[in-house]
Amino acid sequence: MQLAVWTYEGPPHVGAMRIATAMRDVHYVLHAPQGDTYADLLFTMIERRAARPPVTYTTFQARDLGGDTAELFKTAVRDAYERFRPQAMLVGASCTAELIQDDPGGLAKTLGLPIPVVPLELPSYQRKENWGAAETFYQLVRAMAGPHAPPPGTKRLPGRRCNILGPTALGFRHRDDIAEVRRLLEAMGVEVCVVAPLGATPADLARLGEADFNVVLYPEIAGQAASWLKRSFGQPCTTTVPIGVGATRRFCAEVAALAGLPAPSDDVALRMPWYSRSVDSTYLTGKRVFIFGDATHAIAAAQVAAKELAFEVVGLGTYSREFGREVREAAKAHGIEALVTDDYLDVEAAIAAAQPELVLGTQMERHVAKRLGIPCAVISAPVHVQDFPARHSPQMGIEGANVLFDTWVHPLMMGLEEHLLTMFRDDFEFHDGAAPSHLGAKASGPAELGNGRAPAAPSVPAPAAVTPHAVAGDPISWGAEAEQELKKIPFFVRGKARRNTERFAAERGIGVITLETLYDAKAHFAR
Amino acid sequence: MSLAAAEPAAVAGCVTRPVLRERGQHEVFCGLTGIVWLHRKIQDAFFLVVGSRTCAHLLQSAAGVMIFAEPRFATAIIDERDLAGLADCNDELDRVVARLIERRPDIRMLFLVGSCPSEVIKLDLSRAAQRLSRRFMPKVRVLSYSGSGIETTFTQGEDACLASLVPEMPAEPGTARSLLVVGALAEVVEDQMIRHFAALGVGPVRFLPGRRAAELPAIGPGTRILLAQPFLGDTLRALESRGAKRIAAPFPLGVEGTSAWLRAAAVEWGCPEARIAEALAAGEARGRAALARHREALAGKSIFFFPDSQLEIPLARFLSRELGMQLTEVGTPYLHREIMAEEVALLPDSVRLSEGQDVDRQLDRCRAAAPDLTVCGLGLANPLEAEGMATKWSIELVFTPIQGYEQAGDLAGLFARPLDRRARLEL
Repeated sequence: MQLAVWTYEGPPHVGAMRIATAMRDVHYVLHAPQGDTYADLLFTMIERRAARPPVTYTTFQARDLGGDTAELFKTAVRDAYERFRPQAMLVGASCTAELIQDDPGGLAKTLGLPIPVVPLELPSYQRKENWGAAETFYQLVRAMAGPHAPPPGTKRLPGRRCNILGPTALGFRHRDDIAEVRRLLEAMGVEVCVVAPLGATPADLARLGEADFNVVLYPEIAGQAASWLKRSFGQPCTTTVPIGVGATRRFCAEVAALAGLPAPSDDVALRMPWYSRSVDSTYLTGKRVFIFGDATHAIAAAQVAAKELAFEVVGLGTYSREFGREVREAAKAHGIEALVTDDYLDVEAAIAAAQPELVLGTQMERHVAKRLGIPCAVISAPVHVQDFPARHSPQMGIEGANVLFDTWVHPLMMGLEEHLLTMFRDDFEFHDGAAPSHLGAKASGPAELGNGRAPAAPSVPAPAAVTPHAVAGDPISWGAEAEQELKKIPFFVRGKARRNTERFAAERGIGVITLETLYDAKAHFAR
Repeated sequence: MSLAAAEPAAVAGCVTRPVLRERGQHEVFCGLTGIVWLHRKIQDAFFLVVGSRTCAHLLQSAAGVMIFAEPRFATAIIDERDLAGLADCNDELDRVVARLIERRPDIRMLFLVGSCPSEVIKLDLSRAAQRLSRRFMPKVRVLSYSGSGIETTFTQGEDACLASLVPEMPAEPGTARSLLVVGALAEVVEDQMIRHFAALGVGPVRFLPGRRAAELPAIGPGTRILLAQPFLGDTLRALESRGAKRIAAPFPLGVEGTSAWLRAAAVEWGCPEARIAEALAAGEARGRAALARHREALAGKSIFFFPDSQLEIPLARFLSRELGMQLTEVGTPYLHREIMAEEVALLPDSVRLSEGQDVDRQLDRCRAAAPDLTVCGLGLANPLEAEGMATKWSIELVFTPIQGYEQAGDLAGLFARPLDRRARLEL
C-alpha cells in the first residue's frame, strides 16, 4: 500500500477516457461501480467540453455482485451501441471490475456487434493514466489500421504527407499545439493527413497508412502507436518535440529530412529570441529554476530555460516513471540529478532544498511554490481549469516559444522593479515582503516550509530551518553581526548568499559565521 | 441500459404516490465524496481511504483546490503486491496508519474508509480499526465505515460515517431529556438553531457530528432526534437502537421547512403555541422578505431534478410551495419513505418522483419536458447548457449553508442566479 494525498496521474481507465473523448464516433463501455462517473466532470468542467464524454458505465452495486454482473455489462454494451451507433467501441474494466473478473472483451464478443469492438486490458493496480492513454490509442490504431498494413518488407520513399499523433482530451494545450504544428508543417509544404486521436474517427485511423511519416507530439501517449506504425507500415516518425526555439528548429530540420524538403528559415512571428536578448532580460541571467512535470514538458522546459532564457536549472524531475531514463539523461546535461517520483511531498522537499527563484511545474508545484513564496509558472498536466484558456496559447512552435517567454517571465519581478526594490529597500513602499506589483497585494511572507503535513508550527525563521547544508557535522550558527549584514543583502539573492556562506563555512569547519566569513564566502563564490 | 425493472408501472410505497424506479447507469458520486465536507466539520479527525488510485483521483477531483490546504484525508492505495498476497494487507495498513499518526500528532480520530476495491477483496476494515484502536488508544481512536460506490451514493457517505460514531457515543445516565440534531451543518447555521431552541425552551441541544470527534454527545432513552439532513437512514437506525426517538418533521429548508422543523421540537418539549409563534415570528418575517425578492424570477418556472444527494425532495417542496416553481420530475438516488414522509406529503400531485437512475433515459425525459431549470451534477451541467438548457449544479447545495430562516433567501438565490445570468448575457 502506498499513502497518497495527491496523485499526478489518474488510473489507466481515465487515460482510456481521454482517448475516447478525444475521438469522434467511438464509444467506451466501462465496467465500473457507481461513483466512477466522477471522471466525466474532468472533461465537462476542467476542459469545459460541451458534450458528455462518450462513456457508458455499468454502475454495478453491491447487490449486483452476487448476481450476474456479466449480464449487466452485456446489456450496457448492447444499449450503448443501439443509442450511440458508434463506428467502433472500446470495452474495459475499472479497478473494481478488474477484481470481479468479468471478461469485458469476451462478453462483448458474444454480442456479435457489427462494428469493431476493442477490448482494453488496463492493469489498474500497476499502471496509470498516461500508460492507459498510450495503450488505448495503440490498441485502437492496431485494430483500425492493422487490416490495411502493407506486406512486410514494403519499401517506403520520403514523401510530403504526415500524420500528427498524440493530442488527446484533457491534454495540456493540445488544442493549440496542433494548430501551431500544423502551421509549421504547411508552411514547409507538408500535407497533414490525419490528426489523432483528437478529432479523429475510427475511419480516420484506418487511413493512417496513407501518410509518409508520423509527427509524434507527445511520446507519452503516441510513442507506442508510432513505433507499431513504424514496424508495420514502415513509417518513420519525428523524435523532437518542438517546444522552444531550438527544438522547433531541430523539429523542422527533422521533418524536412523526412519529407525530402529544404529546411525553412525562421518565421517573422518568432519574437522570443529578440525578447530574450533585449537588455531588459539581462536580469534573468542565472535565475535559479526548478522544473517538474511530465517527461516531455520537463525535458523541453529545461532546455528552453538553460539555452533560451539563460536560467540556471537547479532541479529537474518527472512523475512519468516510464520516461525516467530520458529525464535522468537530460538532468545530467545540466549537471544535476533527476528527481523521478510521484510523491508530491518528495517534490516539495526537493524544491525547498534547492531554493529556486522560479518553479516550473504542474498545478501541484504551483501550490507548493505558493506555500514557499516562490514565483511559479505551469508547464505540464495535471492542471486546473485556468490552464485550458479561451485564448490561443500553444506551447509548441513559434507562437509557443512566444507564449513560454511571457508565461515564465511574468511571475518574476520585472527588471526595473527588482532594481528599484534594491535601491529603495528601506523605503516603506519598497520592502522585502512586497510581492511583484502585478501579482496583487498579498505580501509573500517568510516561506512556511515543512513536510506539508505538519500542523502549523510556531513560525520559525524559515531559511535557517531548511538550509540543507547546515546538517552535516556540527550545526553552523550565525553570529549576530553577520546575521544583520545578511539582512542587508537584497532578499531575492539572500537565500543563495546564506546557502553559499553556510556551504563555505561547512567546508572549512567554521562553526559560527562572522562578518568575515560572510565576505570571504562572497569573494570565494564571486567568479 | 434497459434494466429499469418497473417503468411507469409504478411502485406504491407507504406513501401513496407512484414512484418511478430505475436501474441503469447512475451519474452520481460515491460516498467517499462525503469526506470533503466531513473533514472540515470534524476538526480533529483524519479520513484514510483504503482503495485504489481511482479513489485518490476522485477525492482530489471532488475536493478541487481544497486538497492543498493541509487536508486531513488521504488514500492508502492498494497495489498489485497487496492483491497478489505478496504483502499482507493488514500489515500494510498498520504500517501506513502508524506512519500517518506519527506525521499528524494532532489527530484524535482516524476513520478507515472502505472503498469498492477494499469491499470486493473483503478487507475487514472494522477488525483493522479495532486492532489499531487498541494500539493507539487513548491518543487516537480508530473507526471504520464504507464510502464505496457499490454501497453508498454521495451524501450516504456522511450517513455511514455518523452511524460508525453512534456506538462510540457515551450513554446518558438515567432518562434525562435532550435534543440531538443529526447531520453536518455549517457552524453559522448551528449557532442560529441554538438560539431558536433556546427561545423555545428546548434543550439541552447537542449536535452530531460535533466539531471535535473526541467529544461525542451522550445518548439514551431520553434523547430526541431531529434530523437536519434527509440522507441519514442508517444513523437514525443506529441511534434508535440506543433508545433515542426521532421527532418526525420536514427538513429545515425555506421558511416553512424551518418553522415546521423547529416547531416539531418545541411541541415535543411542550412549548405553548403562543410562545412558539412569538419565538419564530421574527425569523419567518425576515425569511419571507428575503424570498420575495426571488419569487418574481422563479414563480411559474419549471424545474427538473436529477438524483444526487437526497436533498432533492425537500428542495423541490421548498421551490414549489414558497417560490411557486412548477415541478416536472424530482429524482432522488434513494427514497427513505419513513424519513421523507412529511416532505412527500407536501409535494403537489403533479410531480413525477423517481428513485435510482438510468441516466440516458432520464436525459430523454428531461429534454422532452424542456424545463426552465435543471438541477444536475457537473458531468451533465455543461452538456445540457450547450443544448440550450439552464442548469443549477447540485453539489453546491451540499457545500453551501442553506438551512434556516437566514439562509432561505440565499437558497432561493442559488436557483435564481442561473436564470438571471441567462437573461443578462447577450452572446
